[in-house]
Amino acid sequence: MEPTLSQYLLVSGALFAIGLLGVIVRRNLLIIYMSLELMLNAANVALVAMSRFNGNLDGQVMVFFIITVAAAEVAVGLALIVALYRKRQTAEVADLATMKL
Amino acid sequence: MEGTLFNIFAGLAVLSALLVVANPFSRNPVTSALFLVTTMISISGLFVLLNAYFLAAVQILVYAGAVMVLFLFVIMLLDLREGARRKLNLVSLAMGLMAVGALFLVYKSSIDTTYGEVAQRHEGAADTGQAEAAQAKVVGSTRALGQALFSVEKGFILPFEIVSILLLVAMVGVILLSRKEPR
Repeated sequence: MEPTLSQYLLVSGALFAIGLLGVIVRRNLLIIYMSLELMLNAANVALVAMSRFNGNLDGQVMVFFIITVAAAEVAVGLALIVALYRKRQTAEVADLATMKL
Repeated sequence: MEGTLFNIFAGLAVLSALLVVANPFSRNPVTSALFLVTTMISISGLFVLLNAYFLAAVQILVYAGAVMVLFLFVIMLLDLREGARRKLNLVSLAMGLMAVGALFLVYKSSIDTTYGEVAQRHEGAADTGQAEAAQAKVVGSTRALGQALFSVEKGFILPFEIVSILLLVAMVGVILLSRKEPR
């Protein structure tokens, strides 16, 4: 039996919820960042599913742009984390509560 | 066949996503990163099932390849130990679970009312036939996606160029950020 649109959307929602849970609960900067990637991918799954079931390619073009922007975002974010680690020697959010370096 | 593959890929994606966030056996970030790779590959399997072949390839190349390698490099560069196992704040854990669970339930019920079986039963039989005809048409091959992206009247040429500038800016910014400061 072919999976329906609502099944794909459910998977996407589950992935997004797990990613959000990771951002809220985990305390390690890198794992929070991975959870963010998970949320972006959940959105991608929903967009591709919508594009497939509505017979329109624009959703897939959107996902193409999202992947590109996410790659740029990952590069900048990880560079920021490395720069922060050089100054503070930590990657735990609890230790990064002040704005002063 | 397709249903079985969907179940395998969807189950694998959700399971390994859970292991990224809350792994009962290891709190090492490297483990999380490797399970994230599994999630990305399962998602690309879902893309294949959705006829988005180009995006499936790009997903593996960019995410499982480039992005995760970058993550692993940074994890190993920072030399993060498992560290003193900090006590999880139980209040924040409970609040997070509640908030996320509530959000998911709202999302699920909105899907059920919009796209669920009840909603589909209300629509006419002719309508579903039309939807299936539309389904058969959309194949996200490289050629189709390229034509959608670069067609002159309906294309996305300006966003494409803007994204290329964004990538250049990101590259310059990363070099600037990760340079050792001269002292």
